[in-house]
This record gives sequence, structure tokens and C-alpha cells, in this order.
Amino acid sequence: MAEVPLRDGLLLAAMLFSLGLTGLLVRRNLIMVLMSLEVMLNAAGLAFIVAAARWHQADGQVMFLFILAMAAAEVAVGLALVRQIYERFRSLDVDALSAMKG
Amino acid sequence: MNFAFYISGAVAVIATLLMLTRVNVVHALLYLIVSLLAVAVVFYTLGAPFAAALEVIVYAGAIMVLFIFVVMMLNLGDRAAERERQWLTPGIWRGPALLAVVLVLEMFYLLRSDAAVLSTGAVDPQAVAIALFGPYLICVELASMLLLAGLVGAYHLGFHKAERRARA
Repeated sequence: MAEVPLRDGLLLAAMLFSLGLTGLLVRRNLIMVLMSLEVMLNAAGLAFIVAAARWHQADGQVMFLFILAMAAAEVAVGLALVRQIYERFRSLDVDALSAMKG
Repeated sequence: MNFAFYISGAVAVIATLLMLTRVNVVHALLYLIVSLLAVAVVFYTLGAPFAAALEVIVYAGAIMVLFIFVVMMLNLGDRAAERERQWLTPGIWRGPALLAVVLVLEMFYLLRSDAAVLSTGAVDPQAVAIALFGPYLICVELASMLLLAGLVGAYHLGFHKAERRARA
């Protein structure tokens, strides 16, 4: 049974990452921006898993676990911020937040 | 094994693409869940069953539930029920369901074929655990500190102003 070549795995990770980056830049809804961030983190984790499979080492999966923990913490804080922003601006549009105070 | 990787990879890319082009956040969430499940199947085909299980439980389970909670919380009001009905019209399910069916069929095929398939290049959970609690122990502690900081931060930011005033 042939293994999946390293190139194809990394290509998939790169495609998912660039899709997430596109979403981050194109979408104006804050929740969609956070979801695109999730896609990008997931793609980074995929790259680690591909590398782990290539060299038969557990370290890649360990790094994936840390990415998972980081994504969970980031999403919790991010969504709490989204809720605060919605209460303050009554809008989830990123462009509504373009002005700084002071 | 290889074709399973390519099929689920294609499903992941298609679902992510459809997610980015949805106007409605709830519809986008449906596609994002399918995309995460597809990536979990990719992990499985790459010989990382532990990571695949965690992807389903933590990403497609816990983190997506957080998103849905917040989407539901932001839309409180008289029109909430009406809007919810509009979100979940039967036709919306077709796209994500179709992609999910592809993944299910693939999983059935993988599980029915000989279990020895995974042994090529597979890293079993035991090896991951030994690495995690051996040389990476300090990173585990740091991750737990990060999660605690995230918890405290979300708790602090999540307060309503009115609640805060009522407490003071």
C-alpha cells in the first residue's frame, strides 16, 4: 500500500490555508473572519500531521495537539470579543471598527 | 488508501470554498463542519487516528458549538424564531449532507477493508502520549496555562455591562 506523497499532503494544506486567508481578507462579517482563521489553523495542523506521517514520528501529532489547544483558547476569547463588539456597535461589520479612539 | 486521501481532500477544499461563498453565517457553519470532518478523514488516511478523533471531538464538536452559541446569542429578538425557520429551510441541508455522505461511504470502505492498511506509516496514540508526557511535558503545562488564560479572558469579556453594574 503506497503512502501519500509528501508533496500532495502539503499541497492540500497550502490550498486550505490560502482559502482561509482569502476568506479572512474578503469577508466583512466578524464571525466569518474567525471561521476563516479556524480554517487556517486547521491547515497548519494538517501540515504537521503530513510531516509526522512522512517521517513516522509522533512529534507532528504532538504539535497538532498544541495547535488544537491554541485554537480553542483563541476562539473562546475571540467570540467573547465579538459579543462585546456587537453590543457596542450593533454590527458585526469589520469596517465599522476602522476608527480608533485617541 | 491513496484514493481515500484524494477524495476527502477534495471534499475538504470544496466544502471550504462553499463555506467562504455563503452569505448566511449558519449555512457557512454547516459547510465548515463538513470541511473539518473531511480533514479528520484525511488524518485517518495519513495514519494519525488519534488526531482524527480529536479533530472530530474538539474542532467539529466543541469549537463549532461555541460558534453556534454566539450566532444564536447575537440574534435575540422577536424575529429570532422567524429567522431561524428561514435559516434551516430543507434545501439548505442538501449540499453539506451530500458531501458528508461521500465521507461516510469512504469511512465505511476504509473500515471494512483490512485493518492492516493503517499500519504503514501509522503513529499510534501510545507513541503520541509517550512523546507528549515525556519531552514535551513543559509544553503541556504551557498549553494548560494558555487555556486557563483563555477561560479567564472569555469570562471577563463575556459579561454584560448591565450584569456588571448589578454586581457592583
